[in-house]
Amino acid sequence: MEKSNDKSKLKMAVYWGAACGGCCVSVLDVHEHLFDIIDAADLVFWPIALDFKYKDVENMEDDFIDITLFNGAVRNSENEHMAHLLRQKSKLLVAYGSCAHMGGIPGLANLSSKKDLLNRIYIESETTVNTERVFPQTITQVEEGELELPEFYEDVRTLDQVTDVDYYIPGCPPTSDRLLEVFTAIVSGAELPPKGSVIGAQMKPLCDECERKKSENKQVKKFLRPWEVVDDGETCFIEQGLICQGPATRAGCGYRCIKGNAPCRGCYGPTPDVIDPGAKMMSAIATAIDSDDSEEIERIVDSIVDPAGTFYRTSVPSALFRKKIVEEHMEV
Amino acid sequence: MKQITIDPITRLEGHGRIEIFLDDSGEVDNVYFQVPELRGFEKFCEGRPVEELPSIVTKICGVCPGCHHMGSGKAVDAVFGVEPPPTAKKLRELFYMAHFVHSHIAHFYVLAAPDFVVGPDADPAKRNILGVIDVVGKEVGTEVIKQRRLAQEIQALLGGHQTHVVMNVPGGVRKGLTEEERGNIEKTAEGFIEFSKFSLKLFEDIVLNNEKYLDLILNGPYNLKLHSMGLVDRNNRVNFYDGKVRVVNTLGLEHCLYSPNEYQDYIAERVEPWSYLKFPYLKKKGWKGFVDGEYSGVYTATPLSRLNAAIGMATPLADKEYNRMYDILDCKPVHHTLAMHWARLIELLYASERALELAQDPDITGKDLRAEVKGIVGEGVGIVEAQRGTLTHHYWTDDRGIVTKANIVVGTTNNNAAICMSLKKAAQGFIKKGVEVNEGILNMIEMAFRAYDPCFSCATHNLPGEMPMILNIRNPKGEIINVIKRRRK
Repeated sequence: MEKSNDKSKLKMAVYWGAACGGCCVSVLDVHEHLFDIIDAADLVFWPIALDFKYKDVENMEDDFIDITLFNGAVRNSENEHMAHLLRQKSKLLVAYGSCAHMGGIPGLANLSSKKDLLNRIYIESETTVNTERVFPQTITQVEEGELELPEFYEDVRTLDQVTDVDYYIPGCPPTSDRLLEVFTAIVSGAELPPKGSVIGAQMKPLCDECERKKSENKQVKKFLRPWEVVDDGETCFIEQGLICQGPATRAGCGYRCIKGNAPCRGCYGPTPDVIDPGAKMMSAIATAIDSDDSEEIERIVDSIVDPAGTFYRTSVPSALFRKKIVEEHMEV
Repeated sequence: MKQITIDPITRLEGHGRIEIFLDDSGEVDNVYFQVPELRGFEKFCEGRPVEELPSIVTKICGVCPGCHHMGSGKAVDAVFGVEPPPTAKKLRELFYMAHFVHSHIAHFYVLAAPDFVVGPDADPAKRNILGVIDVVGKEVGTEVIKQRRLAQEIQALLGGHQTHVVMNVPGGVRKGLTEEERGNIEKTAEGFIEFSKFSLKLFEDIVLNNEKYLDLILNGPYNLKLHSMGLVDRNNRVNFYDGKVRVVNTLGLEHCLYSPNEYQDYIAERVEPWSYLKFPYLKKKGWKGFVDGEYSGVYTATPLSRLNAAIGMATPLADKEYNRMYDILDCKPVHHTLAMHWARLIELLYASERALELAQDPDITGKDLRAEVKGIVGEGVGIVEAQRGTLTHHYWTDDRGIVTKANIVVGTTNNNAAICMSLKKAAQGFIKKGVEVNEGILNMIEMAFRAYDPCFSCATHNLPGEMPMILNIRNPKGEIINVIKRRRK
């Protein structure tokens, strides 16, 4: 992992914004293949495993890094600063994982305002004792001097909402197999797809890969909650009345959740050419509804609890309605 | 006044900062440990169907997603007033033991061992996992990767998704175990036990039999007298998955023993304007500031505190090692921060033994995986021991089971104040007037932190790790007069 001057080796960086660490763990989870990666690439910045610092990145020439895998969403001013810095220093900047790609789970925060979020955490929380209503501050004067914190933004942003992104590798986290495939392709000098492409995933929807039994005519009369259904372990979830994002989600994950008998929640993002992931999912669900009667259809649709939080589970910041939400919050 | 900034700390998501203020004589005046990040899961859990939470809160942390999944799953069971059947409970616990094995192996070998195996003041370029492999041999390194992988494979088998597990449904689990799969896990668990014994022997040979290290553990500036917290079974033995939370005072006497739904009576959290991470303390003691001693409300929730809060381990080999540790250190509770590494390995042995017990349990291949949900209670608390401390999830819902409020107190957060104090003590111990602040000193300060295996992914709802550092030494005008860098290549 030594930083060498071997010009033939790929220079790679892995960085996290507002993330859980799962994307970095996915890199570690290549297990023994990690040695293949180290043989083919110099990891010049990777905070989870290596000790290169921000300062080292700042000191690099522009485009010094061949490829940066940026995971995590942009939640605060430090995340944004690092996104700009790594863009400047990298030939290829890849949005790695659901959070960088679409906002991810932290993006659900965009369904409420920053003010409400901070109030919940620092004031209302049942265990919090904060009668003086203290909130974290970007600058705090303490007895000994001054302390700084990054600014917590009004909303969560995807990586491409703050800087120019070359490619997207989806998934929460991307599977280690897909990562190895992409890595091997890049190292071998294979021709890269057009800028802006989603890589490390397939073109077809997850349903095409899923081995659960499907019939031609889905006939849903009511959508059910997982605790209302005893899953038979083999029939399509939607046909059992459970919401599954399979029809609108790219294949590539190896349908891992479905193998664990859990329906898909869309972390691999929408199938190609879809602008809004949730809208695509809603139209897919509509085709499963077994009714021509508008009132009945309405009733069936009403049986879907939390459509926004379900259809946009990992993609609120990338949704078309995002801007509206932001504007509403700004007015508060 | 001089100000030393350590920023960023890495292998913790890079989202951490240490500010050391020196007085005019060059001695440490105060130390602040700042967590600069927040995601705010409690807020955006609101409005979600409660049964979705176990698969949302895993995204709090990609290193210990299984802890959040289990704590959350138990809270959801309580919301629905449903008790999982024995097979489901045991499958959850079996998954959970594999989760502990994977995490404790990663922390000890990748993050902690370099300081002892390679040396606390060794060349930083060698003080890493590769340096460890140089010393202990490639076979050991290969074995470390293999055992961790096997633990991950058990998690993927039982939990579906290898990272963000999807195992729990209200009242049980989604998937059972076949006899063939059970047999494989049994063999793997036997291997875990052997590997745990090997790890304890390695710790003894390299750390305990080295006078310098033993002296550092016992007499270095790594000592905080605080209350100890941990989950115990009905016999007051350590349990990771279930039981009551027991807190003992600095002398080892019981401060409290509470059930999950009583946690609000015992735990409170403080907000400071200079960190996004709150500071929990014992409610009955009250917040007395960043001070240690019997008087303080600050507590620890770590592998060592779990052992302190219990009377022993529930499995025979681990219990023997438990007694041995207290005999050798000749005190209980133990307040030596670095003994956390030892405690972690004893826990590794316990998790391995417990995994074997569960793999041999006749219930484990049972077919009754879910209890039927019959109604909604509307409120529920779930507590498990995460690798990095006691984890509490508390949810409230409306009568449709839609979340109206959520409160989460995560493992590392418990230790926020203690970590601040440990860093200050170490800095005071090593940064002295007239002593050059070099890379070795930085690492010795960092060791105070690393022992906690802190997970700020969890805490901000951040990653465990060691902290490579940059230390800027500024003059009173704030100009940088010296920069010390420490990196591991």
